[in-house]
Amino acid sequence: MSWLNDWVGFLPEMLDGLKISLLVAGVAILAGYPVGLVLGLMVSSAHVVVRTVGLVLVEAGRGAPALVILYIVYYGLPSIGITFESITAACIGLAFSAAAYSSEMFRAGIQSVPRGQLEAADALGLERSSTFRRIVLPQGLRSAVPGLMGVAIQVFQGTSLAYGIAVPELMKTAYNIGSQDFNYLKVFVLAGLVYAGVSVPATWITVYFERRMSRRYA
Amino acid sequence: MEAFTTVLEGLPLTLWLTFASFAIGAVGAIPLALGLRSRCTPVRMLCRLLVDFVRGVPIIVWLFVLKFGLTFGTFRFTPVQAAILGLGVVSAAYLAEIYRGGLQTVPAGQLEAAQALGLSRSTAFGRIEAPQGFRIVSPSVATYLIGLFKDTAIASTIIAPEMVFQAQSFARQNPDQGLITYGYAGLLYIVLSLPVAYFARRLDRRLREAAH
Repeated sequence: MSWLNDWVGFLPEMLDGLKISLLVAGVAILAGYPVGLVLGLMVSSAHVVVRTVGLVLVEAGRGAPALVILYIVYYGLPSIGITFESITAACIGLAFSAAAYSSEMFRAGIQSVPRGQLEAADALGLERSSTFRRIVLPQGLRSAVPGLMGVAIQVFQGTSLAYGIAVPELMKTAYNIGSQDFNYLKVFVLAGLVYAGVSVPATWITVYFERRMSRRYA
Repeated sequence: MEAFTTVLEGLPLTLWLTFASFAIGAVGAIPLALGLRSRCTPVRMLCRLLVDFVRGVPIIVWLFVLKFGLTFGTFRFTPVQAAILGLGVVSAAYLAEIYRGGLQTVPAGQLEAAQALGLSRSTAFGRIEAPQGFRIVSPSVATYLIGLFKDTAIASTIIAPEMVFQAQSFARQNPDQGLITYGYAGLLYIVLSLPVAYFARRLDRRLREAAH
């Protein structure tokens, strides 16, 4: 039971780390999703330049490892004179990642709105912009929800990579505690349990939403 | 140019980490996927919990537990061993979920037909369910493989000298070339993912055509 005692001792510090992880994830999601929506619309645009720019950004965000994106923002950009604090760099890097991944969810959601709805709106004489705003967007966003929740969980787990740019998040906190007596196992297992304690219930909620959605459309 | 060749030096290890951990995952996922479909509720729940837990813990935590946490006397995993094992375990959990999803899409009527023909459960699985399931999951498995390839970058945090680690050591010595060095690393991941995506699409098309 000595592990349990130690864990209780670690917990306040670990929870401070978790707060930073959640803060970084929250900012990255809040900043990334609107950009993701714009990127998703760019990728499905009829305009070739807009579409290409959108595709390049999305492929860069999804194709390069999140860790590399963080390193580019924190260690790379200073070489051209742009410097960020580590937490800011983590938020920017993960927001870019969130934007790229969510753009696909938004695009798929918007594409899932049946064509007949557009024809109906057209027949009713609605303008294109209000058709998009009042008919396509609300339905598209709703069916994008489970995918977006999945991306949010991924972003939360991705905050552990901010360890690599010295953000005092959960992983960094665990490492600091462990390096006091080199008993890393105890504290990393606790870190894993804390991450799982957030991610696993979140995954179950996502699965529940997915099921409910598919039932509605079945 | 030196930045590029330095990053490239890490490529063989990046590829080795990808394939070794994928092999562990692809095989390890089979019993897990069967467990996820077991008719015995405790087995099913246990496998579900295991898969969800493994996926719920970030990869970097797995690698740190294996590299810094586990010591048996004087034995410690090397960075490469820890990376392969950690990424292998995580892959097994993700691939088990992918396999399960694929098997689930095989129509129940097929199994009923197999039963009506008097085929044993294992024959029905091996000859009817698994081949169809494989066709369905092959694109998802390829997507996962590309993701795994990118996740090997995390092995740099436990000092496995793969591409990102090489980029880091070069950028540390040449801070003025930081952006270009990490840029090369990012670009290499994107470019090297393309052939896998291409072959996956071709394989998927071929399997689909063969089904008709």
